[in-house]
Amino acid sequence: MATSRRQFIKISALGAGSLALAGTAFELAKGSSILDKISGAKETGPLRTPTYCEICFWQCAGWVYKDADGNIQKIIGNNDDQHCNGRFCPRGTGGIGQYHDEDRLKTPLIRTSEGGKDIFREASWDEALDYIADKMKKIAAEHGPECLALFTHGSGGAHFGHMLKAFGSASIAAPSFAQCRGPREVGFLTTFGDIIYSPERIDIRDTRCMVLIGTHLGENMHNGQVQEMSDAIDKGATIITVDPRFSTAASKSKYWLPIKPATDMALLLSWINVIIENEWYDKDYVERYTYGFAELKEHVKTFTPEWAYGITTIDPNIIRETAREMHNAAPSVIVNPGRHVTWYGDDTQRLRAVAILTALLGSWGRRGGYYKPEKLHLPNYPVPPFPVPKRLPAEAYEGKYNLANEVVANGLCDATIPTVTNECNFKAWIVNGTNLLAAFPNQAKTMEAIKALQLLVVIDTMPIELTGYADVVLPECTYLERYDMIRNSGHRQPNVALRMPAAEPKYNTKPASWIAKELAGKLGLSAWFPWKDMEELLDWQFKQVGTSLEEMKRIGVKNFPREFDDLYFSPGEEVIFNTNTGKIELYSTDMENEGFEPLPLYTAHEEPPEGYYRLNYGRAPMHTFSRTANNPNLTDLMDENVLWVNPKVAKLWGLENDQMVKLKNQDDIISTFAIKVRVTERIRWDSVYMVHGFGHNNKKLTRAHGRGINDTELVTRVHIDPVMGGTGMRGNFVTFITDFDMDGKEAEA
Amino acid sequence: MRYAMAVDTKKCVGCSDCVVACQTENNVPIGYCRDWIVEVTDGTYPQLEIEIRSERCNHCANSPCVRCCPTGASHYAKGGVVLVTPHKCIGCGACIASCPYDARFPHPDGYVDKCTFCLHNRVEKGLNPACVSVCPTKCLYFGDLDDPNSPVSKVLKNRKNKTLIPEAGTNPHLFFLI
Amino acid sequence: MREEIITSGRMNHLIDPQLHIWHWHIPLYLFLGGLAAGILFFAALYTVLGKEKEYPTAVKIAPFLTPFLLMVGLLALLLDLNHKLYFWRLYTTIRLESPMSWGAWTLMVVTPLSIIWCALNIKTIFPKWDWKYKWLWELDKFFRKNLIIISWIMLIFSLILGVYTGILFSAFNARPLWNTSILGPLFLTSGLSTGAAAIVLMSKNKHERHTFARIDLMLIGIELFLIVHMFMGFLASTQVHIEAASLFLGGPYTTPFWLFVVTLGLATPALLEVLELKGFKMPVFIAPVLVIFGGLMFRFIIAYAGQASRWLY
Ligand SMILES: Nc1nc2c(c(=O)[nH]1)N[C@H]1C(S)=C(S)[C@@H](COP(=O)(O)OP(=O)(O)OC[C@H]3O[C@@H](n4cnc5c(=O)[nH]c(N)nc54)[C@H](O)[C@@H]3O)O[C@H]1N2
Ligand SMILES: Nc1nc2c(c(=O)[nH]1)N[C@H]1C(S)=C(S)[C@@H](COP(=O)(O)OP(=O)(O)OC[C@H]3O[C@@H](n4cnc5c(=O)[nH]c(N)nc54)[C@H](O)[C@@H]3O)O[C@H]1N2
Ligand code: SF4
Ligand code: SF4
Ligand code: SF4
Ligand code: SF4
Ligand code: SF4
Ligand SMILES: [Mo]
Repeated sequence: MATSRRQFIKISALGAGSLALAGTAFELAKGSSILDKISGAKETGPLRTPTYCEICFWQCAGWVYKDADGNIQKIIGNNDDQHCNGRFCPRGTGGIGQYHDEDRLKTPLIRTSEGGKDIFREASWDEALDYIADKMKKIAAEHGPECLALFTHGSGGAHFGHMLKAFGSASIAAPSFAQCRGPREVGFLTTFGDIIYSPERIDIRDTRCMVLIGTHLGENMHNGQVQEMSDAIDKGATIITVDPRFSTAASKSKYWLPIKPATDMALLLSWINVIIENEWYDKDYVERYTYGFAELKEHVKTFTPEWAYGITTIDPNIIRETAREMHNAAPSVIVNPGRHVTWYGDDTQRLRAVAILTALLGSWGRRGGYYKPEKLHLPNYPVPPFPVPKRLPAEAYEGKYNLANEVVANGLCDATIPTVTNECNFKAWIVNGTNLLAAFPNQAKTMEAIKALQLLVVIDTMPIELTGYADVVLPECTYLERYDMIRNSGHRQPNVALRMPAAEPKYNTKPASWIAKELAGKLGLSAWFPWKDMEELLDWQFKQVGTSLEEMKRIGVKNFPREFDDLYFSPGEEVIFNTNTGKIELYSTDMENEGFEPLPLYTAHEEPPEGYYRLNYGRAPMHTFSRTANNPNLTDLMDENVLWVNPKVAKLWGLENDQMVKLKNQDDIISTFAIKVRVTERIRWDSVYMVHGFGHNNKKLTRAHGRGINDTELVTRVHIDPVMGGTGMRGNFVTFITDFDMDGKEAEA
Repeated sequence: MRYAMAVDTKKCVGCSDCVVACQTENNVPIGYCRDWIVEVTDGTYPQLEIEIRSERCNHCANSPCVRCCPTGASHYAKGGVVLVTPHKCIGCGACIASCPYDARFPHPDGYVDKCTFCLHNRVEKGLNPACVSVCPTKCLYFGDLDDPNSPVSKVLKNRKNKTLIPEAGTNPHLFFLI
Repeated sequence: MREEIITSGRMNHLIDPQLHIWHWHIPLYLFLGGLAAGILFFAALYTVLGKEKEYPTAVKIAPFLTPFLLMVGLLALLLDLNHKLYFWRLYTTIRLESPMSWGAWTLMVVTPLSIIWCALNIKTIFPKWDWKYKWLWELDKFFRKNLIIISWIMLIFSLILGVYTGILFSAFNARPLWNTSILGPLFLTSGLSTGAAAIVLMSKNKHERHTFARIDLMLIGIELFLIVHMFMGFLASTQVHIEAASLFLGGPYTTPFWLFVVTLGLATPALLEVLELKGFKMPVFIAPVLVIFGGLMFRFIIAYAGQASRWLY
C-alpha cells in the first residue's frame, strides 16, 4: 500500500464536493451560512448533521461529521449554541466512542429459565414488546397502572414518560434530583421562590468573584461553566475555592480554603456573620427585597470566624479576607450553588445558607451574579388529556419531603420494598438511561426493591450492572443514530436545538421514540402517539415557533430574541418573588411551616473512626459517571479510577504508587475489585478520593470490567435530607485491605 | 512565517479535550496520540501548586529529529512546521530516539507520526488546529510568530512564558505561559 | 512532594514509561558492525604494513567472517524498521547530519569491500578455486594490482564504521547517557578489541596469537580509561547527565554493566591474557570469548540504558 491512510483521506476530502453519497437516507446538510459568518471559516466535510450531546446533561449542540466513506468521524460544537459556543468538552468530542463501542447492547433480550438457570435469550422487538405489554397490562389489571414507575435520565425520559402518563402513572423519577441537585433547587426555591435550572443561571462570564464550594469545575466539565470560568479568570475575576481536596479549580484560584470535610455550613454562617457585622451587605437590596434580615442578624451573631475556625480549620483572617473579596465584587459575585450537593443530609440547609449569602451580596438578578434565563414556549403536539393517576408519586413517601419540587427517586425505590404498613406500591419498573446500581447509594436496598418487582425493563445502550437483573433488556441506539425531542433550554436567550440521526442504528437497536410509540401501540395507547414519525412531530413543533425541521437540519440551533429585557433586575425595580411573603426569604416561612429550622444551623457530622478515612468522590473531566467507562475513545485517556491517598497515610500503611488495594467500609462492605493507589498531596490525611463511575462488574464490558472500584458499593450509609429526601452520600468511611488474593479480583463478578 | 503555539498553564484544566479532538480530527488510532497532558504538583498539603501542560511536538526550529532522519522523511514544511512524509519514512526510529520531548510515536501503519500543527488539513484552510479550536478553556493560542497581530504573538508579548528544555538547544515553537 | 504524571494520552508502550523504540536489533547491528570493522581494520593495517605473511589469520582468514557479520547486521537493522518496504529510501539520499544515513552508506561501501577482500583471499582456503569467467580473472588481477589502495580505503572505512557504531548513539542529545562524544572512540576501541579477540580465537599461529593478545590488552586498557573518563564527564556535567550516569552507579543497570561488561568482559580477559603472556597454561579461547561477549553486552546495555535516560522537565 503506497499511500498512507492519512493521505487517502486528504485526497478524498478534496474531491468530496462532487461525491454523491448514494444510499444514505439522510439529507445532506449544505453548510450553514450563519456559521460561516460567525467563525470566519468553516469546518469542511462531506456531510454534517446536527445533534445535541447525550454524554452528559449539559446537552451541547454540535455537528456530526462523516468522512467520505460515510463513517462517523468527529463531533464538533455548534458555534451558535449557548451551551457550548462551538466547543465540546472531551466527553462530547469522544462521544463517537459510544457509537463505535463494539460491546453495545445489540438486540432485545428476554430472561428465561433453562435448566434451572436464568439466562437471556435474544428476541425480536415484536416479541420483547409483546412480553412487556402483556406484563404491564396484567399488573395494571391486578394493582393499577400507578404501580408502574419509570426511572430515567436523559432524553429517553420524554418518550417513556409520555407513554407512562398515557398508561396512567405519574411516577417518573430521575437521579438528577435526590442524588444530585435537589437540595440546591429546594434551598433556592424556599429563599428566592425560583430554582437554578440546568444549565445553571449563573453569570460566570461577567462575574468578578466566584466562590466554589465543593463544585470542582474543570473536573466537573459542564461545558459552558468551564468556558466562562476561564473567561472570568482572563478578565481578572477572583476565584475562591472551598474544597478539602486540592481540586483543579483550587489550583486555579486566588484563594483555596482547604476545609475540613463536612463543615461547610460553619464557614458559610461565619461569612454571613462577617458580612452582616461589617455592614458589607447590599443595604438597599436587602431592604427592598428580603424578608427576615433582623432574625438572620440575630441568628448569626455568635458564628464568628473564630468560631468557624474551630470547626473548619480555616484561618479566621482568611474567612474575613474572602468575605471582603466578595463584598468588593458585589453584586457581580457568585457563591456557586454547585450541582451534586447531596452530601451530608443537611444539604438543603447548606444551600439555604448559600442562597442567603447570595441575597446579602445582592447578586441574584444582577450582572455577574444570577441572571434570569428565558425559555421558549414550545407547544406540545396535541394529544388527548392523560388519565388522572390514582396515586401521585409523592404518596409513595407519604407525609415526607413536602418541599421536594421533583419526584424523589429513592422514595420510589424504597416504596417498592414490601412492608407491613405499605401493602402495595410499585410492581414494575421501567429503567431508561440510568444505571441505578451506580447512581443510587445503598445497593443492598436497591437490590431488595428489584427482587420484589414483577417486571423490570431496562432500556440502555450498554450491558451494565442493572441489565443483569432485568426481565427484558431493550437496546437503544445511541444519540448519534436517532431523533429525540427538541432541546428547549432556558438560557440568556431562548433557543431550540435539533438532534437527528447521523447514521442508521447499528445492530438491532432502536430509538427510545420508536420503542415508546411501538409499546404504546401494543398497550392500546396509540391515541397519545398520533404522529407518523419523529420527523412529523418535530416539524410540527418547530413550525409552531417559526422554524421547521428542514431549517433546523441546516442550522442545528436557533436562538430567539428575549421577550423582555429582564436578564437582570433594573435599578430600583419592584420585584415580587414567588415565596409566601413575596420577598427573598432569608428567614424561610416554608421551612418553618414544614417544621424545619427557618434559618440554617450548623450540625456536626460524624468523623472517621480510627484507621478509617472519609470516602470522597468526584468527576474526571474525560468521563461521565458510569456511562463512559467503556467508551474506547475515553478509556484511551483514562481506563480506571485510582485511589488518592495522602503521603502521610500512605507511609502509615506502607502504600506505594500503583499498589492494588481493596477497600472496606464502616459496614464491613468490601469492594468487589481492587484499585490502584495514587499517593498525592492533593488529598487530606483524613480522606481518600476516587472518581465515580468505575469498577463495572458486567463482563460484557471488555474495557471497563474490573477496572477500578465502584464507589457506590461503599456508600451504604445514607444521610437522608429530611427536607427533600436527598441521599447524602459523603458520610462513609473506608479502610484499606492490602492483603488479598488477586484472583479474587475476578470473583463475584 | 513561523507557526507557533502557546499553552496557558494557568487556564488549562488538563481535561484532555485537545487529545481527543486531535485523535478524531487526524485519524490517530486509538492507543496513540499526538498530544498529551502533563500535570506537575509541587508542595505539601495545603501549600500546593499545580502546573498543567498540554504538550505536543515543539516544532523545533533546530530539530534533532530532522537532523537524524536518514531519508529526509522528517522535514521542515511551511512556517517551520516539522512534518514526516509517510512514504519516505522507513520507520528506523532514529527521530523518536532523538526527540527530547518524546513527541513522536511509531504509527501502526509503519511510519512515524506526530503533531503536524494540523498544517495541511486545517491551518492551510484558514482554520485553527483541532486542539486549539476545541479547547474549552481557550488556553491554546496559535499563529505566526512573524505576525505581531497573531494570537500567539500577542499573548507571548503580554505574558511570561517558557519553553521546555531550552538547554537541549532545539529552539522550540511551543510556548508555555506561566 | 513533587508529583509528575501524564494524566492522559501517550500511553504508548514504546514510549512510556521509558523509550523502548530500539530492541535487540540495533545493539546487535552495532556489535556486528564493530566486530567486522575491527577485523577488517587489522587485515588492512597489516597489508599496508606489508606483514601479510606474519599475520595470515588476521589478513586472510578472519575477514571471511565479515561479509556474514555485516549482512546479519544489516538484516537486524532491516528487521528493526517499522516500514520495511521503504528500506530503499535509505539509499535515495545522503544526509551527512544523520548518522543513520552515513552509517548506511558506510556499510554500502564496507560490505562490498569485505567481499572483494574475501574474493582475493579465497585461494588461501580453497587452493583449487577457479574464477569461471574471464572478466572475473581480470577483475581479480585489477584488485591485486591496487591492493594497497584498497587496503587504505578499507582501513579508513573500517575506522569510520567503528566510530559510527558509537556516533549513532552519541548523536542523540535527547538521551543524556548517549550524549557524550566519548562513545565514538569507545565503541571504536571496543570494536577493534572484539576484532582482535576474534583473530586470537581463530589463529593457530602462536606469534600471531600473542601479538593480538597484546593488542587486545592495550585496547582493553584504553577502553577502561575511556569508560572512567565517560563517567567523570557525566558526573561533572548537568543534573540530567548525573542521573544518566547513576543508571550505572546504583541504578538499575549497575549490576549488568559492572559485572558483565567491566568485570567479565574487560578485567577478567585482561588478567587472563596477562597470565597467558606470562606463560601460564590455560584454554586459549576463554579470554577472547569473554571479550566478544563483553562487547556484545556493552552494546546492549548502552542501547537499553540510553533509552531509559531522559531530560527532566
Ligand atoms: N466530567 C464530568 N463532568 C460532570 C459530570 C460527569 O460525570 N463528568 N457530571 C455532571 C453532573 S450531573 C453533576 S451533578 C456535576 C457534579 O459536579 P460538582 O457539583 O462539582 O460535584 P460535587 O460532587 O459537588 O463536588 C465534588 C468536589 O467536592 C469536594 N468535596 C468533598 N467533600 C467536600 C466537603 O465536605 N466540602 C467541600 N467544600 N467540598 C467537598 C470534592 O473534593 C470534589 O472536589 O458534575 C457535572 N459535570
Ligand atoms: N456514588 C455516587 N453516586 C452518584 C453520584 C456520585 O458522584 N457518586 N452522582 C450522582 C449524580 S450527580 C447523578 S446526576 C447520577 C447520575 O446517574 P446516571 O445518569 O444513572 O449515571 P450513569 O451511571 O452514567 O448511568 C447512565 C446509564 O445510561 C446509559 N445510557 C447512556 N446513553 C444512553 C442513551 O442514549 N439511551 C439509553 N437508553 N441509555 C443510555 C448508560 O449506558 C448508563 O448505563 O448519579 C448520582 N449518583
Ligand atoms: S458538557 Fe460535554 S458531555 Fe456534556 S453535553 Fe456538553 S459536550 Fe456533551
Ligand atoms: S483542551 Fe485545553 S484545557 Fe483541556 S487539557 Fe487541552 S489545553 Fe488543557
Ligand atoms: S519536539 Fe521532537 S519531534 Fe518535534 S520538532 Fe522537536 S525534536 Fe522534532
Ligand atoms: S523513523 Fe522515519 S522519520 Fe524517523 S528518522 Fe527514520 S526515516 Fe526519518
Ligand atoms: S496541532 Fe493538530 S496535530 Fe498537533 S496536537 Fe493539535 S490537533 Fe493534533
Ligand atoms: Mo448530577
